[in-house]
Amino acid sequence: MSEMTLEPLMVEPAGVPRGRAMVERADWAGRSYARYDAATVNRIVEAAANALAKHAQEFAAQAVAETGFGVVEHKVIKNLGCSTGILETYRGHNYVSPEIDEANKIVSIPRPAGVILALTPSTNPVATVAFKILLALMTRNAIIISPHPMAKKVCADAARVMAKAAVAAGAPDGVIQIVDDPSIPLINALMTDERVDVIVATGGTPVVRSAYRSGNPAIGVGPGNVPVLVDDTADIAKTAERIIDSKAFDNSILCTNESVVIAQDAIADKLLAAFVREGAYILKTEEVEAIRKVVFPGGHFNAKLVGKDATIIADLAGIRVPAKTRVLVAPFDLVVPEEPLAHEKLLPVLGFVRVPTARRGVDVARAVLRITGSGHSAAIHSTNPSLIMTFSAAVPVLRVSVNVGNSLGASGFQTHLPPSMTIGTGFFGRSSVGENLQPKHLVNYTRLAYNSDVREVMPSFVGLNPWTSPTGPVPEYPLASNEQQFIETHNVRTPLTSDVAELRDEIRRLIVEELKELMKG
Amino acid sequence: MDETTAVKPEFDYGVFSYASKEEMLEKSKEYWNPGKTQFWLDSGVPLVIDRREEYFIYDMSGKRLIDAHLNGGTYNLGHRNNEVVQAVTMAMQHFDIGNHHFPSLARTALAEALVKSAPAGLNKVMYGSGGGEAIDIALKTARHATQKRKIVSIIKAYHGHTGLAVGTGDDRFSKLFLSDRPEEFPHVPFNDLVAMEDALRGRDVAAVIMETIPATYGFPLPDPGYLQAVKALCEKYDALYIADEVQTGFMRTGELWGISKTGVTPDIMVLGKGISGGMYPIAAVLASDKVAGWLTEDGFGHISTFGGAELGCIAALKTLEICSRPETRSIVHYIADYVGSRLREIQALYPDWFIGIRQHGVIFGLEFAHPQGAKYVMKHLYENGVWAIFSTLDPRVLQYKPGVLLKPEVAEELLDRTELAIGRAWAEVKSL
Repeated sequence: MSEMTLEPLMVEPAGVPRGRAMVERADWAGRSYARYDAATVNRIVEAAANALAKHAQEFAAQAVAETGFGVVEHKVIKNLGCSTGILETYRGHNYVSPEIDEANKIVSIPRPAGVILALTPSTNPVATVAFKILLALMTRNAIIISPHPMAKKVCADAARVMAKAAVAAGAPDGVIQIVDDPSIPLINALMTDERVDVIVATGGTPVVRSAYRSGNPAIGVGPGNVPVLVDDTADIAKTAERIIDSKAFDNSILCTNESVVIAQDAIADKLLAAFVREGAYILKTEEVEAIRKVVFPGGHFNAKLVGKDATIIADLAGIRVPAKTRVLVAPFDLVVPEEPLAHEKLLPVLGFVRVPTARRGVDVARAVLRITGSGHSAAIHSTNPSLIMTFSAAVPVLRVSVNVGNSLGASGFQTHLPPSMTIGTGFFGRSSVGENLQPKHLVNYTRLAYNSDVREVMPSFVGLNPWTSPTGPVPEYPLASNEQQFIETHNVRTPLTSDVAELRDEIRRLIVEELKELMKG
Repeated sequence: MDETTAVKPEFDYGVFSYASKEEMLEKSKEYWNPGKTQFWLDSGVPLVIDRREEYFIYDMSGKRLIDAHLNGGTYNLGHRNNEVVQAVTMAMQHFDIGNHHFPSLARTALAEALVKSAPAGLNKVMYGSGGGEAIDIALKTARHATQKRKIVSIIKAYHGHTGLAVGTGDDRFSKLFLSDRPEEFPHVPFNDLVAMEDALRGRDVAAVIMETIPATYGFPLPDPGYLQAVKALCEKYDALYIADEVQTGFMRTGELWGISKTGVTPDIMVLGKGISGGMYPIAAVLASDKVAGWLTEDGFGHISTFGGAELGCIAALKTLEICSRPETRSIVHYIADYVGSRLREIQALYPDWFIGIRQHGVIFGLEFAHPQGAKYVMKHLYENGVWAIFSTLDPRVLQYKPGVLLKPEVAEELLDRTELAIGRAWAEVKSL
């Protein structure tokens, strides 16, 4: 081949222009969707959620196969929780219709963001995709998903299943789109595109920070590193079951999985014994060292082990453990930055520290969160409200799970917090949102405010609805205007879906009939 | 010359400059085309396009216009589309026009891409440097394949100004140059199947050439079934069907090729204008193996130094890729839907003036109730920041052609301006 000099002039890598086209399409789709009425929105949300739920099992298996980590049966739970679960949680909520506050003479009209760019992680791939799509649909936003490259195939399949169902239920074409081949230049181009109205970033710190740097409004959430305090008032058997179930859940790849258990001396041995009954293996001193070397080689977390089974990790460290072992418990002495086991571990290894008093345990929990996880979550197992209050007011997190596993506690699936795959870390965690991400974060309200002078009376706005329900596919398929008239005069049935093949076949059939007549004459 | 005292001309374009727009227009008349230059001055459209980007063109005065003419779809993807510019700029580091004698890298690559995207059965590609030459190639190919000479076209058809193409069109352009040949180029009325059958009955016709929607005639729409019936008549009387997709190709109807939507498989398809993003001239003819036999019999039968210039091929490859994206198709459907409904709203305001909307995708012919109606609308559009042109062969009708990548906010602005201009044109016509 001749000498090629083309490369240096390549300004944009392949895929970037296609990403921009997706934003443009989303812009059009979002503008249409923002005018939809509540009944249609509900129908669309329901269709998309049910479509995903139907494939919950299949996508769970596909996610484990593609990423190489996690537990299929746990991912099924998350996939259902983030599809039909979210549907049930927000059934009856309305982010569409105007709200009237007669006393204050204010009418609030929901106004969607427009185009949401959602970055989703490899750890909860399908669940996060489904979750963000449903929140976008409930609030009448268009959404573009940029999935983690390790899970791109299953995420694309999941998003397409939901998109197809949504459009069939009347949603505008292109309201849900997903990037097939995510790359750093593409993500940067999307994040800095001024047609993107809000970025919702779940992932590693670099992704979240660059979302905030993009110049676009962003909701990003940082990492967790969950301390769990167990005091001498806790029900030890139940506590052990909850902690081990939670730590073992999806092999600990949620940011809400427990990281370090802080046990009051008085109950520490009893708790360890109970852990063993729940399928944990307590590492001996020399085994702890072996685990450090495998999980944190050279002091850095070994990302290849994310979400692997406890038995696999033990095996790599040369430790023989019972075959049914779900969690490896690693006792150590001091929570300091140079102790690897005090850091976030997205695998079923649980740190364990003893403290002489519960009060001292609060300090240790703060030490865990100094390393990472500010703003995220902590857990406490206790029946002492005074301690629970002291603990919660001392730790720099925005949710404390009490007497519940933190995995599904902080994320709201086993508590009454809003169920969420995106845990707002607030000011502690340098985020714009401090709550669990929920639909209300993706919608603003235009407030129509009357003069407060009592002589200025606000008339009734009851029954005034600015939104409409589409009468056919959005956008309408572009037939020639005289063909459109032909359809009207021939009473051709117009399908509601955007699938036009049917309609065109019907028109063609009628035309052929007419032609036959014509040719005869 | 002392650089410090040199007066910098107001309009400096590097390799040339003008002191003023007036000077430029004087020189345009003196050295280039006095008739055309004067025509626009007289029409109230004193436009000399200077800066251009996306769907905006700027007169030398700085006046901004939204381009809703696109030079017949040439600027379908907007002016200086960034992706096309990048592709051509990159290509210029390696390619030039190429050499028409030899097998060519870029011509072959584009031919493959076109064949793969075209209606089934069109599997050979021939290149011209512009639409007229491509039409000539199509007509020559049809004559070679059928060994017949006659070409049937539509009254008020427009297929270009080259040797054969001009014969298919309106007398205005052929008689001027003593090039009308009615015996070889019979014209029949549009949407008239009886006339078409009469023209074909003698079995002495090589081909019928049809614009999928006749542009210069103001986009009258073929009756439902008309093109299918013409194709059937061609088959019945051994004539070829040539689809002129110069203005209906490249997503303008909401599908890549307008003809595909009719279900008609043409024997020959002609592409031009929008094919290369307005960045490098090129045109193409696609034909089935069955009719493209001359390429095997004598591959040098039609020669064109600039036809299929390799830089043009690269511009076209990029354009084809952009037009083929599912995102683009979706966006075009949104634009067609939005612009169509806004125009119908405007029509409801002026039902006695704005009497018809012919729409297929983002191709629009807007009919006004005055023999020269579109000229008035064009002038008021120009004054209000929109460029759209009347139909040369039916000046009641305005050609209104928004781009396929129009942004929603620009579409809104375009329609706001259009509404005002249509109202003002009506006021002027009423006061005549």
